[in-house]
Amino acid sequence: MLRHAIPLAIRLLSREWKSGELGVLLMALTIAVGALTGVGFLVNRITQSVKFQANEVLAADLRIEAADRLNEKYLQEAKQRNLVSAATTTVFSVVFREDLSQLTNVRAVSAGYPLRGTLGVATEAFAAPTKVHDVPSQGEVWPDSKLLSALQAKVGDQLSIGATTFKITRILISRPDQGGGFGELAPTLLMNINDLSSTQLIQPGSRASYAFLFAGEQKRIKNFKKWLSAQGKRSERIRDVSDASPQIKSAIDRSAKFLSLASLVAILLSSIAVAMSARRYVIRHLDSVALMKTLGATRAFILTVSMTQLFLVGIAATIIGSILGFLTQQWLLYTLKDLLRADLPAADFLPFWLGFITAVVVLLGFALPHLLQLARVPAMRVLRRDIGEGTSYNWLAFGPAIFTIIFLVYWIAQDTRLFIGFIIGLSIFLIILGLAGVLLVRVVSSFRSAVGISWRYGLANLSRRRNESIIQIISFGLGIMVLLLLGVVRGDLLADWQRSLPINTPNYFFINIPTSEHEEFLTYLKDRGATSSRALPMLRARLIKLNGREVTGLKFTDPRGENFARREQNITWQADLGLDNQLLEGRWWDKEDQGLSLVSVASEFQEAMDLKLGDSMSFDVGGEIFVAKISSFRKIKWDSFQPNFFLVFAPGLLDETAGTWMTSAYFNPANGRVITDLVRRFPSVSVFDLGELLAQVRTVIDKAIFAVQSVFLFTLFAGLVVLLAAIQSTGDQRRYESAMLRTLGASRSVVSRGILAEFATLGMLSGLLAAMGASLAAWLLAQQILQIKYSFNPSVWLIGLVGGGVLVGLSGWLATRSVLQQPPASLLTLNGRH
Amino acid sequence: MNNKDIVLEAVNLSKQVSSPEGILTIVHEVSFQLYAGESVAIVGASGAGKSTLLALLAGLDIPTSGRVYLAGEDLTQLDEDGRARLRAERVGFVFQSFHLVPALTALENVMLPLELAGRTEAHNGAREALERVGLQSRTSHYPSQLSGGEQQRVAIARAFVSRPAVLFADEPTGNLDSVTGKRIADLLFDLNATAQTTIVLVSHDHVIAARCKRLMIMEAGQLVVTN
Repeated sequence: MLRHAIPLAIRLLSREWKSGELGVLLMALTIAVGALTGVGFLVNRITQSVKFQANEVLAADLRIEAADRLNEKYLQEAKQRNLVSAATTTVFSVVFREDLSQLTNVRAVSAGYPLRGTLGVATEAFAAPTKVHDVPSQGEVWPDSKLLSALQAKVGDQLSIGATTFKITRILISRPDQGGGFGELAPTLLMNINDLSSTQLIQPGSRASYAFLFAGEQKRIKNFKKWLSAQGKRSERIRDVSDASPQIKSAIDRSAKFLSLASLVAILLSSIAVAMSARRYVIRHLDSVALMKTLGATRAFILTVSMTQLFLVGIAATIIGSILGFLTQQWLLYTLKDLLRADLPAADFLPFWLGFITAVVVLLGFALPHLLQLARVPAMRVLRRDIGEGTSYNWLAFGPAIFTIIFLVYWIAQDTRLFIGFIIGLSIFLIILGLAGVLLVRVVSSFRSAVGISWRYGLANLSRRRNESIIQIISFGLGIMVLLLLGVVRGDLLADWQRSLPINTPNYFFINIPTSEHEEFLTYLKDRGATSSRALPMLRARLIKLNGREVTGLKFTDPRGENFARREQNITWQADLGLDNQLLEGRWWDKEDQGLSLVSVASEFQEAMDLKLGDSMSFDVGGEIFVAKISSFRKIKWDSFQPNFFLVFAPGLLDETAGTWMTSAYFNPANGRVITDLVRRFPSVSVFDLGELLAQVRTVIDKAIFAVQSVFLFTLFAGLVVLLAAIQSTGDQRRYESAMLRTLGASRSVVSRGILAEFATLGMLSGLLAAMGASLAAWLLAQQILQIKYSFNPSVWLIGLVGGGVLVGLSGWLATRSVLQQPPASLLTLNGRH
Repeated sequence: MNNKDIVLEAVNLSKQVSSPEGILTIVHEVSFQLYAGESVAIVGASGAGKSTLLALLAGLDIPTSGRVYLAGEDLTQLDEDGRARLRAERVGFVFQSFHLVPALTALENVMLPLELAGRTEAHNGAREALERVGLQSRTSHYPSQLSGGEQQRVAIARAFVSRPAVLFADEPTGNLDSVTGKRIADLLFDLNATAQTTIVLVSHDHVIAARCKRLMIMEAGQLVVTN
């Protein structure tokens, strides 16, 4: 018998497809798949693009660094693996021009450097850079603007480095690997690595650092990293994109989270539409299934038929949805071609599989429970149509759906905090929507006696189908909420986000400002039109003990922990917690804590060293030992581009310790002259140009905004399909009732106005809830994901109410209008059995 | 006739349901035997329990007490799938509202019982059955494209195509005008005569009931007259 089930399922499906039965189900599923594959492709490509940019910050895809000479076999192995490589050696040395000298970071580089990103050079200090793809030739050097200013040199002058003299041929304005830390604050000079030996700078005991840079195809890099890690000594540090600068990482994380959430909303909305259309499908098939059972079909046969149909719909949705997703991604790539790298790897088939899994999961969770009910329809229904209707939204139908939502959220979010937050938020939101729906339906019903016949009919329908009305209000509400988020709130949010990195975000950091000069320095900045941020003292400290135990003897599971324990740290003291710092745990100090041995630790530091509140940390600050207790943990918003420190002490403790100050400021980028003067006026101050890094972060945000807007298109479609599914789900019943009313003498316009009244009321109620939801969601997004301030927009409520009423009212009226044009008798005959 | 020829037997068949007013007895202690090729009409007023009795006899519903033997098998001992399988092999149905699957053509509707019974000759068998009811030219039509009479003829073709031992007919002419109703009844009894199928017919229509060899009258769930 079962062998006939599959051909029968196909026959039934093709017939139902022709009659438009499956349209909404397929559409909903296609949008879910399209959203996921589209986002999958897009996130994949954008992440790759962003990674490439992050790689530029490393000047390579992978680099290995050490304080001792690196083994040449690494370069040979890389060559064998078809990877390109370059080498750099950096040594601190004094560079002379006539009688002027300056301690300089002499960076000797091999041909090919940088492997990712480009060098920016100019012929004058602090001028706009021109990109070049070569390195200094032998006998030539490229000093940076700071060195040039300090030595009062110009292009063509001779500089002495060690035992040799070199000619300045260009000024180094930017190099990709300058960002990320403040370890290299001294001026930089670039020279050819083949000249290094002639300088005789490298002597036993000299402070040099060595790096090999590698780039190539992703998989090869990944394998090579494994090989390197296996070879590498403990003193060698391997860095790849995961060690990119915190600013870039923060921007990537935000974009990915926002994109994932956007696609998730589209999938969840589509799932609601899938559930609604599946339920309608089941109701319309109760009679046929009861008949088949009467004719001898077993439950297994019915299940086989249903499952085959479900599977075929899933396959169709996967194919169409994946093509849709792929085309969307192609279109996006075309639009983004100026932003994305041209040499990105081709899209792989993974998103297709993800699309298929989504289709299967959504179908299993949202449609299968309804279809399983078909197998339970009693054959007796052929004689008594009042039995076997048990296809309401029961817990059996909700269980797998809830499980599916949880699964999808976890799968997409891949972040426990985001996952828990989203699930709790969604649950609360649905409960509030449900309760508000119940309340609103009740309130509206009480107006029945006060309105005319059409509205009475409409409102009566709302309260008679109370449960369905509430579910529709929730679905419409979610749909409209997304539209509101998309249309109104998104603009506000994105503007706020862009404002979070305003045009006058600091583009220069100034370090090593002597304490005696720091007031004067700040005044100098102010007088020259710079917008400066807070100024903070800065000290060098070494962590020596943690809870009384020597850190050198401690083992850290997180490799960053080792790093923090080994390296000297920059520390500060500060009275106020800046706006770009969020207290995660503990408390910030007040006036009474002045002078107490308290330290506030950044979350990165806390995670890497697995610290707890109250832990004691001993630091060696210029030979003096300070023991401080951890009083709080902070999350730093690195992309504020303000001075921030992993370790901040309470004021009053370190004030007397010798140190310097740092600040950041915004200067008009073209104002290179001012910086040159500033360097001359304050020769000990190190200037750190953030322009390049800032531009990179801005590009990432711009890309993310565009991607998010595109992904929200899917959400918009999904919202519309929910509207369609909801209208369609009660369409038959509505048609039958309209025919009945007209048979009883109601004019077309009375029935028409009644339908309009019902849908308009539904729409307005949904609109109200949607405005509430959109405001809440926007606030949550702003607070939790984007970490920006959100200002509420009151027009959302008006737009929600009016827009909801008009949109749902019109859609419902248009979808059921055709019924009014047919004679009532034919409707009663055709649809009497709905 | 001997016991071998008994195709349907009800033994003390009762059906009770609970209602807000308490326990309702819809069918009470019904017993009878039907032989191969017989035709029996069950008549009675609305609510007398005719349809429930038919449902119990066809294994669409299960009795509260008593037994039903269909083609020698005790229906009350079979589970839902077991009863479905027995229906696929031995039972045909004709309903008042035709009950054709709207998504399938006339031919596919008739093929359905053969496919459910796992028979291989479904296509040819269904075509022959449609020919016998005079609908050979409407095989590819969907139910919505057929008139009421034509739909019932498709339903009859479907009922007889698997050569069932018993055919249950619930008001088969109830939705048809008298002329079409008579033609449908003629068709039903002709096929009954040719295929030697036992017919159990529930009807208000005394004319069609009178054409059955036996008559059972139900009142308040009990058989009051049976011949």
